[in-house]
Amino acid sequence: MTFTTWSKEAALAVLEPIRDEPGPVLVALQNIQAEFGFVPPDAVSVIAEFFNVSRADVHGVLTFYHDLRTSPPLANQIQICVAEACQAVGSRDLEETIKAIHGDQVSDAFCFGNCALGPAVMVNGKLIGRATAEKISQVLA
Amino acid sequence: MINVYIPGDSAAVSVGADAIAEEIMQRAQLASLDIKIIRNGTRGALWLEPLVEIEVGADRIGYGPVQLADIPSLFDADFLHGGEHTLGIGVVDQLAWLADQDRITYKRVGIIDPLSIGDYESHGGLAGIRRALSMEQNDIIAEVTESGLRGRGGAGFPAGIKWKTVYDTGSDTKYICCNADEGDSGTFADRILMEADPFTLIEGMAIAAVAVNATLGFIYIRSEYPTAIKQMESAIGIAREYGLLGQGILGSRRTFDIKIRIGAGSYVCGEETAMLESIEGKRGVVRSKPPLPAITGLFGKPTVINNVLTLASVPAILADGAGSYKARGVGRSLGTQIFQLAGNIKKGGIVETGFGITLDQLINNYGGGTLTGNPIKAVQIGGPLGAYFSSKNFDVSMDYESLVAAGGMLGHGGVVVFDTAVDLAVQARFAMEFCAIESCGKCTPCRLGSTRGAETIQKIIDGDNPDFNKRLLLDLCEVMTDGSLCAMGGLTPMPVKSALANFPEDFDQRVEAAK
Repeated sequence: MTFTTWSKEAALAVLEPIRDEPGPVLVALQNIQAEFGFVPPDAVSVIAEFFNVSRADVHGVLTFYHDLRTSPPLANQIQICVAEACQAVGSRDLEETIKAIHGDQVSDAFCFGNCALGPAVMVNGKLIGRATAEKISQVLA
Repeated sequence: MINVYIPGDSAAVSVGADAIAEEIMQRAQLASLDIKIIRNGTRGALWLEPLVEIEVGADRIGYGPVQLADIPSLFDADFLHGGEHTLGIGVVDQLAWLADQDRITYKRVGIIDPLSIGDYESHGGLAGIRRALSMEQNDIIAEVTESGLRGRGGAGFPAGIKWKTVYDTGSDTKYICCNADEGDSGTFADRILMEADPFTLIEGMAIAAVAVNATLGFIYIRSEYPTAIKQMESAIGIAREYGLLGQGILGSRRTFDIKIRIGAGSYVCGEETAMLESIEGKRGVVRSKPPLPAITGLFGKPTVINNVLTLASVPAILADGAGSYKARGVGRSLGTQIFQLAGNIKKGGIVETGFGITLDQLINNYGGGTLTGNPIKAVQIGGPLGAYFSSKNFDVSMDYESLVAAGGMLGHGGVVVFDTAVDLAVQARFAMEFCAIESCGKCTPCRLGSTRGAETIQKIIDGDNPDFNKRLLLDLCEVMTDGSLCAMGGLTPMPVKSALANFPEDFDQRVEAAK
């Protein structure tokens, strides 16, 4: 996935279409992340100024939600569901196995709604059911 | 032209449905066979996915679960004309697993092309909203109240009474908020409905809007559901073009539109007031009640907040009348519930049936026992905040009241099965850890109690002063239950206490081992 390089102008272009959106801060942060791959430090004051809210408000939202990142994403994102239904079919063991292979690129998630076909793993946005280390490697290949 | 149905549902795709569709299309073209592939939703029999259905005359013949390697032999068997094959399940509608269900809310799921409003209408869609538009608002609300429909998100509050409260407020701005933040592990019925029959949800929201005088609705969908988000966006666009949304819906003088808001990975935002905060673009911190959201809700205005399944049940209630709906179910749990069989289960998926089926019927008759073939040791009902039951509770009737009486709750209807490999002390610790990660931080018992709870369970596991620590844990659970504003902190003790009560050996054996 390719992302735009940060600039204030590019950020303003992202914000302009949602100028009149009710309660815009979370949407703004999500759209900024979609554009730049993460929420760069400068984005906080740009968003605050654009919507006339405090930087503290923007920072508060940014730090509350698990989805929002303040540093560039890794090359691959492997999210393994470690919620109960996937635990019941061995997601904890699979987590250990794939962390040994893919290291930091593996992160925990709580439920992709694929609870009858677990363990569920999402690799760069692609959902894998009845996941195994082999299936994950195939998607990455 | 042969119609071939291959689900575009994300669970089916997660086990290869896209590749199967591509391969079948290629081979059919090579053989000069004229086929049309329709990406329907899943039928809900997820254990059969990818399930390929062929339209033969008036029937749909099914084959599943299909793997890429099966495709050559399927073509050899002339499956495109319903030929016999080891994966064949016959006429899909006659499959006992599906035929024995009582599908009301899920009537069209898996059957229609999800984004064809013509298909939707020819299968009974839009009858509810048309009838609602011809009725007095009070009568619409009375019909919903009369049906006995209660909140399917977990709280079980009567939907009609909520609507009446919003209707009775004098405000000129009101909202309909659909809670599609289906974060409970073991639940996926909201997702499947949105992917398979999105117009039902739109119609349900429109009926709610007509009933209470709202002009704008929001659907709050979790970011973990990208396919459902895309499907709802497309469906809303189609509904606007058709005139189901926008100014003068279906030729009436009523106006209603829907916006989608996407979650950002926070479980607690499934709590209704945290969801409102999140839609307002703020941190998902729960509000104290009162004021009720029905009176002071989104942006301070009266707001109907209902779960996807609650709203999606409304069109059928309006179309067929309250009497038909409430004829199903038991006691004060009327109508049907969409149960979700998940975890370590052989035949997982959606079972919609009247309230009152037993847990045993669900997990053994429908579910077919565990996937691993080992005995079932524990079943967690109602998501991560629900109770763990042992086999002595398997005869419990699946309805709101009976589950509470048994020390649990129905929640969103998720049923997660565990085999003998599960350690309930570890599961209890996980419940506390999950709460520590997902707590919004507003209430001390939830924010700090969850961390202390996880530590205390670890001490019990380690055999460190276990009797004292068990008493301490139960005391902490009481504080969390009574001292938290919302269900996150208030119900986290439920899996913990039920694990202790129903599986004491998982806590005691460790004590023996440590001595």
